[in-house]
Amino acid sequence: MKQSITLGKVTKFMGLGFLSTLKDLFTGKLGKEDFKNFLRKAVVPLASILLFIGLWHAGAKALYNREANFKIEKALTDQGETAAEAMRACIASGDVSCKPNTLPSPGQVWDSYKSLLRDHNIISADKAAFIQKTAALNAKRIAAGKAAITYTGRPSFIDQIIMSLKTVFAGFLLALVIAIPLGIFIGLSPTLKSAFNWFIQIFKPVSPVVWYLLVFMIVKTILIDSNDDSSFIISFISVGLCSMWATLVNTAMGVSSVDKDYINVAKVLKLGPFQKVFKVILPSSLPLIFTGLKITLSVAWMVLIAIELLAQSPGLGLFVWEEFQNGANDSNSKIIVAMFVIGIIGFLLDRIMLTIQNAVSFDKNEGI
Amino acid sequence: MAYLELNNINKTYGESDSATQVLSNINLSIEEGEFVAIVGFTGSGKTTLVNLINGLLEPTSGEVLFKGEPVSGTSHERGVIFQNYSLLPWLTVGQNILMAVKEAFPKKSKVELNEIVADYVEMVSLTPAINKRPKELSGGMRQRVAVARALAMKPEMIIMDEPLGALDALTRGNLQDEILNIWGKDKRTALLITNDVDEGLYMADRIIPLKPGPKATLGPEFRIDIERPRDKTELNDNPSYKKTRNAIIEYLMDIGNARKSEAKAEIILPDLTPKDFVNQF
Repeated sequence: MKQSITLGKVTKFMGLGFLSTLKDLFTGKLGKEDFKNFLRKAVVPLASILLFIGLWHAGAKALYNREANFKIEKALTDQGETAAEAMRACIASGDVSCKPNTLPSPGQVWDSYKSLLRDHNIISADKAAFIQKTAALNAKRIAAGKAAITYTGRPSFIDQIIMSLKTVFAGFLLALVIAIPLGIFIGLSPTLKSAFNWFIQIFKPVSPVVWYLLVFMIVKTILIDSNDDSSFIISFISVGLCSMWATLVNTAMGVSSVDKDYINVAKVLKLGPFQKVFKVILPSSLPLIFTGLKITLSVAWMVLIAIELLAQSPGLGLFVWEEFQNGANDSNSKIIVAMFVIGIIGFLLDRIMLTIQNAVSFDKNEGI
Repeated sequence: MAYLELNNINKTYGESDSATQVLSNINLSIEEGEFVAIVGFTGSGKTTLVNLINGLLEPTSGEVLFKGEPVSGTSHERGVIFQNYSLLPWLTVGQNILMAVKEAFPKKSKVELNEIVADYVEMVSLTPAINKRPKELSGGMRQRVAVARALAMKPEMIIMDEPLGALDALTRGNLQDEILNIWGKDKRTALLITNDVDEGLYMADRIIPLKPGPKATLGPEFRIDIERPRDKTELNDNPSYKKTRNAIIEYLMDIGNARKSEAKAEIILPDLTPKDFVNQF
């Protein structure tokens, strides 16, 4: 019997069950029980989102007024009545020069989001034009054995998101390549376990900032001859080293705690050591390994921002830091946009990993 | 010389002080082609005995001889059907069996191996389920897969550790017949460990009770001289069956009672009262 794959199953599998409830609402397939369910799963979250935005709006307004009043008071005490009047008029007109700098309102954040997208379109167009303009020249340069001229304009917000994702995936792959084999060896051999245990216990709680500094010391010296920008290399290695611990520990635990029944099967069938690892031990510890990988990916995404900021790697972390340093009138709202983008991408990454994890998992007692 | 011989087997778990002797002075010999059942209470050390014979455990003292050679480690010559099926949940029925067959016949081609798998799946009538995973099967079907996996390796001896213990009575009866059928075809030597006297009586040539542990040891053997194939309904009227059954049950009850009276031995508690018991209130 072949199981059909429906939208409902897929969304449920990904932990996005509320989507299918929404679909049922629009196609009119809801019963009375379902309606209660719908209230709980779709209306309540929606209401809480609206409440959140409302509170945010009110809070932002209160902060704005406090900041504005402070500015007017200051003008009054420092420069007198006329300056205070001028300041009040200036603030009321919404002029950039005297705008109170505080928590932006939801509306401002939305505007900044749109302006960042516009900015991206402009930069993309500029980039395309540049590539077209230099195409002929670059062809000649390459033919002459010289390096092609590349676009060196500033990256757009979208470019920075892509850069961050690249860094995180490179770091994640590094963590995977180090942690899984090492975890398997540690899990298989009690000797290796005692050899590595202190190492894991000591380095696991080290902060991302310290990892960055350590990697920086080493990579800087190794790449001393190179003129290329090493910030990407440094940041992805730091991200990988920071986040690999969950996978390492989970893999070792999964491998060392394989059900005794499976080990007995392997013995009775007389599987060789290689076969035993690949056909019995690894498949049975896959669920735990994937739990580890899921934690690793979310940790990687979390530490990425701090590390990019330190490494000056052109991703979201650097974007946030530059906007903060920049202090333009829409900087604050751009930071909030970045915050939401970081949160949403983190959520999506987590869901992707959960989907893969569900696909490889099996109930521990299924074969027994 | 017997086909399988256990001489003065002792098995102790743990070290010196905390050691518990599970099996003590076990002697057993099984002839080629014989079907022997060992009946015992749960927790009497049956699984330990099985693991000593199939090579998963080593005896603390004494020796296990298989065809005159001492047993060291597991062997494809002795197929095992585990108590809890022990199928690998990430493999399908076919893959579970294929893994065993591949190990048993490393020189055969892929086509031949698949043929063997198909034959044995057919034998336990699971062909429609060959591509299913264990979780999609019922308990009886899972055990049939385990039977097929053990037999597909063409072992010279089948060791069954309470293979039907977790199944309901009807499935149990059917599987008993299936196992007997398969065993009857080429009369391999078989050792069945069970807690069900009737199961032993129906299937085996000889029944040996295992006195419960710690220090479990084998009791006197009971021969079952009933012609095969046996018919379950007719068995009840067979005088020899009744006699053997009563004898075995009586023997087991006696052991059980003896064990109870031993446990009744009075333990004198020391006369203690908490030091500051009164002051607390």
